[in-house]
Amino acid sequence: MSAAIRPATLFDKVWDRHVILTAAGGRALLFVDRHFVHEGSHHAFAKIAGKGLKVAEPGLTFGVVDHYAPTRGPLSAAAADIQRMVRTVEDNARLHGFECFGLEDPRQGIVHVAGPEQGLTLPGLVINCGDSHTSTHGAFGALAFGIGATEVAHVLATQTIWQNRPKRMRISVEGELGPGVSAKDVALNWIARLGADGAQGHAVEYAGSTVRGLSMEGRMTLCNLSIEGGARCGMVAPDATTIAYLKGRPRAPQGADFERAAEDWMTLVSDEDAVFDREVTLDGRDIAPIVTWGTSPEEALPVTETVPDPARLPLEKQEAAREALDYMGLVPGRPLSGTPIDMVFIGSCTNARIEDLRSAASVLQGREARVKGIVSPGSHLVKQQAEQEGLDRIFVSAGLEWVSSGCSMCVGMNGDTVPAGQRCASTTNRNFKGRQGRGARTHLMSPAMVAAAAVAGEITDVRPMLEGRS
Amino acid sequence: MTGWTRHKGTAVALPLENVDTDQLIPARFMSAPRSEGYGSYLLHDLGHDENGEVIADFPLNRHPDASVLVARRNFGCGSSREAAVYALVDHGICTVIAPSFGDIFAANAINNGLLPARVDADALEAVIGALGASGGEAEIDVESGTIRIAGHELSFHLQEEQRNKLANGWDDIDLTQSHEDVIGAFKHDYGERVPWARPSAAKNFAT
Repeated sequence: MSAAIRPATLFDKVWDRHVILTAAGGRALLFVDRHFVHEGSHHAFAKIAGKGLKVAEPGLTFGVVDHYAPTRGPLSAAAADIQRMVRTVEDNARLHGFECFGLEDPRQGIVHVAGPEQGLTLPGLVINCGDSHTSTHGAFGALAFGIGATEVAHVLATQTIWQNRPKRMRISVEGELGPGVSAKDVALNWIARLGADGAQGHAVEYAGSTVRGLSMEGRMTLCNLSIEGGARCGMVAPDATTIAYLKGRPRAPQGADFERAAEDWMTLVSDEDAVFDREVTLDGRDIAPIVTWGTSPEEALPVTETVPDPARLPLEKQEAAREALDYMGLVPGRPLSGTPIDMVFIGSCTNARIEDLRSAASVLQGREARVKGIVSPGSHLVKQQAEQEGLDRIFVSAGLEWVSSGCSMCVGMNGDTVPAGQRCASTTNRNFKGRQGRGARTHLMSPAMVAAAAVAGEITDVRPMLEGRS
Repeated sequence: MTGWTRHKGTAVALPLENVDTDQLIPARFMSAPRSEGYGSYLLHDLGHDENGEVIADFPLNRHPDASVLVARRNFGCGSSREAAVYALVDHGICTVIAPSFGDIFAANAINNGLLPARVDADALEAVIGALGASGGEAEIDVESGTIRIAGHELSFHLQEEQRNKLANGWDDIDLTQSHEDVIGAFKHDYGERVPWARPSAAKNFAT
């Protein structure tokens, strides 16, 4: 490695490995180890075609079909523009000679589920994708961030990216989480506290005993939501949990190579005396299941709270809160718990991994959903595993629809949308106006909380439903 | 893309926080090729009712000729969709003034000749008050980092390369390709230092 400057943060260690050159203004040109593209990357492919350029490193470029993937029928039955979007990424993969996890591929899934699952995501890498939730891959100690189409075209053409070094921020969470409380609640908790721009311009490292205690799935959920707090990326230092997850993954190093790599990965931790521009500490024991009430992820509260009264919020928040409550059709002062819902969605790059499905199924087992809803596993392989474990039968007996994997109702590009005015309890990442469909009302929460909402037909605290269950 | 350093035009206030990219361009419009123009999609669901009728009172409908948009904190948060910037640019907006921007949005903006002018929040509140619903004239100077708007003067900071890109309409790909030798040497060295970084060959897919 290059001469280590001590003390350094995890972020700095990964960044420094990838700096090809630094320009006069301080901007650095970084080498990119993995570049994931999807249907939405069509603008970038059009750009490089316009310049007569080819993909510089097809071996480091991976395509997926996820944003427009149909979840309830063959592609041939989908709208013409959806078919075109799916075919375009597959055609570009053939043209440029990179692998694509297309609709028919057993590895297909949401990019931020399928990439890690295949062992393409490794500690210490720089990972880019034209998708803001690329921050997910930071769970492995990778430097992973979303980029726009112009930057995607740049990475395609050069396998490098220009970046200004962000500031460093550490969010430490200590203590054991209570039953029914998950990584989703930890994430929404800090975003509610610091704001949807709370970490703007910062690379966030998550640390502390709570984070160490999370599985890789939990860490991915936590890092995934970094962008909702405005962070450039989120990272967790690799440890035994990381190594155990990666061992034997198809595209990870194999055999003795893996052991050598793992040795290197374990050095990717912030030095004890490393300095962060900002430090935030949370007590994990204080975190309750959280639901959003508004139209920004920062508008979130414990499920035990009441809908906020805009008049009692700080002056600068009042207008936005009034507007959000109007859109959401909520009345100030009423308990959040007991808000009737119309449907549920369990899926997305935030919460559609096997652990998420197990968590929702543990609530739904032997119970019936009072509202309709769909469950879309994060990848084809997650779907297979869930079916082996019998989770699909639990969802179906509860009255929910078990569908194929894709971004689905998180973003509605494939036609899976929430009808206008309807209220959806959702395991996704954005409660923006119209995100799940025009006029859709989204309440973000954990998979267990969504399952509880399905059973109750209203927003409710999942914890009593877990009593007596493992 | 052609660059620019000075602009004079109509400013309009959209006094909202957290104007996210899903609002800037709803996802259902994003499969269209750019050549068709994205301007009509800009803030579509705020500016049109559920029947697709134009809401006359919406700021951008009141002032369809606006080229400067004034908004509150965290403008362009959310998705990395560059289409949000295309919608603004194709609608004729060349500058968004706000106290803060989503990081990815700000980078996308610069790459498309759109100035994300980050200004002091309190000073901006005064401007929003002065503009009200009627809009006003704005004059932007990229070189000096100053904006005259509705009788107020605001300042913003850009990094040198951001200013250069806006002023000259530069594309990073050309710049990067001029460093081809350095990149080649780095890749060789990196491959020796971090031999495990390349993916293993494809084998069984099941995990």
